[in-house]
Amino acid sequence: MALEFSPEALKEFEATVARYPKKEAAMLPVLYLAQREFGHLAPEAIEYVARLMDQTPARVQGVVSFYTMFNSKPIGRHHIQVCRTLPCALRGAEQVTELLKRKLGIECGQTTTDGRFTLSEVECLASCGTAPMMQVNDAYYENLTAEKIDQILNGLR
Amino acid sequence: MEKLLLRNIDVPDSHTLATYRSHGGYLSWRKVVEGMKPEQLIDEIKGSGLRGRGGAGFPTGMKWSFVPKDNPKPKYLVCNADESEPGTFKDRLLIEQDPHAIIEGTLIAAYAIQSHTAFIYIRGEMVFGAERLEKAVAEAYREGLIGRDIFGSGYDLDVIVHRGAGAYICGEETALLSSLEGGRGWPKVKPPFPATHGLFGCPTVVNNVETLAALPWIIERGAAAYAAMGTEKSKGTKLFSVSGHIARPGVYEVEMGYPLKRFLEEDCGGVPNGKELKGVIPGGASMPVLKPEEIEKVNLDYESVAAAGSLLGSGGVIVMDESTCMVRAAWNIARFFAHESCGQCSPCREGCHWMEKLFHRIENGAAKPGDVDLILNISGNIMGNTICPFGDAAAMPAGAFIRKYRDEFEAHIAAGKCTVRGAG
Repeated sequence: MALEFSPEALKEFEATVARYPKKEAAMLPVLYLAQREFGHLAPEAIEYVARLMDQTPARVQGVVSFYTMFNSKPIGRHHIQVCRTLPCALRGAEQVTELLKRKLGIECGQTTTDGRFTLSEVECLASCGTAPMMQVNDAYYENLTAEKIDQILNGLR
Repeated sequence: MEKLLLRNIDVPDSHTLATYRSHGGYLSWRKVVEGMKPEQLIDEIKGSGLRGRGGAGFPTGMKWSFVPKDNPKPKYLVCNADESEPGTFKDRLLIEQDPHAIIEGTLIAAYAIQSHTAFIYIRGEMVFGAERLEKAVAEAYREGLIGRDIFGSGYDLDVIVHRGAGAYICGEETALLSSLEGGRGWPKVKPPFPATHGLFGCPTVVNNVETLAALPWIIERGAAAYAAMGTEKSKGTKLFSVSGHIARPGVYEVEMGYPLKRFLEEDCGGVPNGKELKGVIPGGASMPVLKPEEIEKVNLDYESVAAAGSLLGSGGVIVMDESTCMVRAAWNIARFFAHESCGQCSPCREGCHWMEKLFHRIENGAAKPGDVDLILNISGNIMGNTICPFGDAAAMPAGAFIRKYRDEFEAHIAAGKCTVRGAG
């Protein structure tokens, strides 16, 4: 069955587009909406967004592939993203990543078999004064220590 | 020193409109709409000496004055809240703790160029900050500070909070506009400049969060009060984000011209654990690193840092102690730029990845003789040969790390392994 938005999501889509001076400017918020609705942006989702936005699928795919926050493949329920850039690296980011790999039994870029966690390394998240840090889905976790990481993982179901 | 930009930060509930208004918030906005002509406002900000805080330091009033008055197209004001320069986290603090100061500044800037639609382009990862801004904008709409016929003046202005989606390059103003137009965040060739051909080909001004957040204070106290602070060419105060091997990392507001060494040692508590300083990047990861002997006489203003061979940039100060492997630090930064190159210009697209590989193999004992000079050659070929300043931003730190710590690079190659290791 072809993908499409729920009636509520469709309403949100229309309200979003209406806020912008031109329809194409609403591309990023509409892609966020599609990702929220469909979980990730598979080719069918991209075709659907392209129809909604009066664009070609190729153009939409070009946008999706440019930005790190759009996922073309399914990811775990909790996306753990460890900052690896210099200010965090100076304060132990590599050890944080190694610890997480051990605890989760996966490498960066992989998802645990139960679908709970995806582990990624990312670039600077503007939280250098509270390094090392990671983002899990929308939330920042700062001044990480081994104990703190244990607590965070235990709190994520 | 009186704080301008951080004056509300420690107030409980500083992010709410009620708190912001309880100490004079939006009075500057009212003063502008009710009593100032756009030209007068532009002159006032020119007189203050305020310069763009995103990194380039271009005079703000001057930037506004480039917007043509007789152009029939809509005009746009964009607040650049896409903070992503490694080592920089000042804008995030303002976004989360004082969103109304940013919004008030955005309104004032929009009025200066007579724009009726303003955007706040916030980094996609900053979900909490975006929520704070959305709520703050909604509050301001409810109280008639934004919207139709503001203060009965007949002036209309809408503000849209727009989230990016993860791309460092979108902090560059033309890339940001490409992104806001719904496309890949690709920079555009300048000229034409956004002031005449910006968003959808319309006159557009892009100002950084910190720049805009300074406007309410300047309107409140006057340009002369602002210009009385700082140095001859670098006026006012500036935020510095301090990270790395430092006792008290965080965001600091200092008067322009403050001595860097004193700032690090006294204000930030110095290098901890009895270690010696090895290097300081003064303006975010794009800027050349400085050695301890080079910062002796450097002051925190645009001219002084430039005279020392680096740039003030975004004010992201990254401190490295003696345990830091400079090859690994250089590799880390090179990897960042390789990851973030947008891929439009071949010198940058190819060169960034090539430099990253070379730094990596020097650090990991697989270097060949001549690799160090090869990096210098590549960085030289990127410098100045790309559409946007990203190429320079990748080339400058690579070259500086090698020139200043060349012995350490050569020692790595001679030993066939990392000779420092332990940190970085």
